[in-house]
Amino acid sequence: MPPIPMGEPARPRREPILSVRNLETHFLLDEGVVRAVDGTSFDLFSKQTLGIVGESGCGKSVTARSILGIVESPGKVVGGEVMLRRDGAREMIDLAKLDPKGDRYRAIRGAEIALVFQEPMSSFSAYHTVGNQIIEAIRLHQPLTKKQARNKAIDLLHMVGVPKPDRRIDEYSFELSGGLRQRVMVAMALSSDPRILIADEPTTALDVTTQAQVLDLLRQLQDERDLAIILITHDMGVIAEMADDVVVMYLGKEVENGPVDDIFHNPKHPYTRSLLNSIPSILARPRSKLSTIEGSIPHPYARPPGCPFHPRCTVAIPGLCDSQTPRFLPMGDRQGVSCFLHHGPSGQSMPSGKDTGARHDAV
Amino acid sequence: MLAYIFRRLIFAAATTVAISVIAFVIIQLPPGDFVDAYIASISATGGQVSLAEAEGLRIQFGLDRPMYLQYFAWITGVVQGDFGFSVEWRRPVSEVIGDRLWMTVIISVFAILLSWGLALPIGIYSAVRQYSIGDYVFTFVGFFGLAVPNFLLALIILYFSFVLFGANVGGLFSAEYQLEPWSWGKVWDLAKHLPLPGLILAIGGTAQLIRIMRANLLDELRKPYVVTARAKGMRESRVILKYPVRAALNPFASTIGYLFPFVVSGSIIISLVLSLPTVGPLLLRSLVAQDMQLAGTIVLMLGVLTVIGTFISDLVLMWVDPRLRAGLDG
Ligand SMILES: Nc1ncnc2c1ncn2[C@@H]1O[C@H](COP(=O)(O)OP(=O)(O)O)[C@@H](O)[C@H]1O
Ligand SMILES: [Mg+2]
Repeated sequence: MPPIPMGEPARPRREPILSVRNLETHFLLDEGVVRAVDGTSFDLFSKQTLGIVGESGCGKSVTARSILGIVESPGKVVGGEVMLRRDGAREMIDLAKLDPKGDRYRAIRGAEIALVFQEPMSSFSAYHTVGNQIIEAIRLHQPLTKKQARNKAIDLLHMVGVPKPDRRIDEYSFELSGGLRQRVMVAMALSSDPRILIADEPTTALDVTTQAQVLDLLRQLQDERDLAIILITHDMGVIAEMADDVVVMYLGKEVENGPVDDIFHNPKHPYTRSLLNSIPSILARPRSKLSTIEGSIPHPYARPPGCPFHPRCTVAIPGLCDSQTPRFLPMGDRQGVSCFLHHGPSGQSMPSGKDTGARHDAV
Repeated sequence: MLAYIFRRLIFAAATTVAISVIAFVIIQLPPGDFVDAYIASISATGGQVSLAEAEGLRIQFGLDRPMYLQYFAWITGVVQGDFGFSVEWRRPVSEVIGDRLWMTVIISVFAILLSWGLALPIGIYSAVRQYSIGDYVFTFVGFFGLAVPNFLLALIILYFSFVLFGANVGGLFSAEYQLEPWSWGKVWDLAKHLPLPGLILAIGGTAQLIRIMRANLLDELRKPYVVTARAKGMRESRVILKYPVRAALNPFASTIGYLFPFVVSGSIIISLVLSLPTVGPLLLRSLVAQDMQLAGTIVLMLGVLTVIGTFISDLVLMWVDPRLRAGLDG
């Protein structure tokens, strides 16, 4: 997997089909409030792959579940907008305003936005055949008989490259290999022709060869079906290979975003730079130590004051980064970053207050 | 898969033999032998047995032969339906037990079904609405059910139904059916009498099952396949019933065999209090009176029923758990 993306990524200049604005999802626990997602914004266009990257615990999965409206209690989307342009519609609807348990949201879930995630083993029920679970997904959104849905499921399995789909359909997930399982998962996610696919660490549990195959499959399906993909990963290598644009998250906050080329060649935020340094390079001497990011992610209840990254940041400015929160501001016309190295606290647009500083309207 | 069933069958048979040996040992356990016990019971009622007569009886019953031959003689009789003689009742053991074994099975199975019928929905509710008021109420009632001995519950209910309604809720049959042969009327009479003792018997087990179901389901609700199901756009109630509840139910199949002896031993005191015609009180009395052929037979029968229950729960478990099935095929 090349660490640096080759060629100019496609960057469609059209209206976004999904636009997330200042999303805030909190878990209200007895011990305190976990701000799992704390003001994230991004746009997603048709045929685009948007990478969301960050270490584990940074709120990537919660972002995905917030978009789908399936954050489990005691978690709750407490602020922001999730604007979706429904198929063929002109104006967008705000999913965050819908009742997550209501029929309108359910009609979108799985039909327009689908999810594939990390553990292909535990993502299937072991008590039902994979066919049962795919057919169910099909019939939730399409008026097909069981027989028709079964045929469609077999076609889908064929499409994602499952050999002998008419036999595999009656097997259980534990009878399949990890790679096959993830293919079946992709088939199920695509069963109702969604326009947006959220893939949450889709290859993390797979070995390198299988990982490459699944990524190839996603790319191929994206071309065939004009899919927009939100690819969530902690692996900058996967981002390099797949993403057109990147959102870097740290402790629920978006710290940097931009086209993949700029993120790789001209990273602005120290956290992005550390993530890039932790990619194994093909040029590195064998057995040389892999660079890891110093320090560890703070406990979610104990978010540090100021910039959340400052305790681990090698270039933090004492007296500033540890007390004030940087705003997320544009850098040039394609990138955005929240870091005092790039915007002084009294830059062109003053923060209205210390804590609301991270809110931003322009991406 | 057939090989597995066959293995379980062999295992069940071996266990049955072991149980029969234990039952035989129990019969032989008290000092003295059957003839001593017989003589004691005769003389207790003023009769006399001479030494020569006693020797004759010993030879007649084969008590002078080695133990293993005695065991074979005994087990041959058992297989043919001859369970020996109850010295206390002065009647063949099979006559003394009569319908009681089936009454025990009926009331135990009823109590087990009742605990499941109560515990599963309550357990599901408590897990899905964890820390809700309902969950707390059921938790409290559940611990109450666990803490209060069920014979006390039986006594309280007996007392109040007598004081308030003047009704005697004991027994499994109305007076007019007590000695009648079986008929539809008698079955209906039994059905009417079953719920109360069944409920009392079921309470302790129900409280336990609620805890198990709640914990199982809470575990399952956190699993990724639940998120998958939600992300498909399924209705929440359907998600929960189809996937995590299904998974949480699996361990219950293995409790079928284990519940049976639990309920039977639990039923002894209840049966005494509510004068239920089960083998429980009989077993207690036979042990007190050292009526060993009767006691041994009851132990044997309950043991064999437990083996059957375990075998059935093995089969059910295999039927409901695809992983187990696949492992057996592969
Ligand atoms: N069910 C939950 N209850 C409490 N906190 C949660 C829950 N799910 C996630 N969180 C918290 O939200 C934060 C983000 O989690 P997540 O989105 O899963 O991270 P990741 O970036 O690894 O996907 C973490 O700090 C985690 O502790
Ligand atoms: Mg995650």
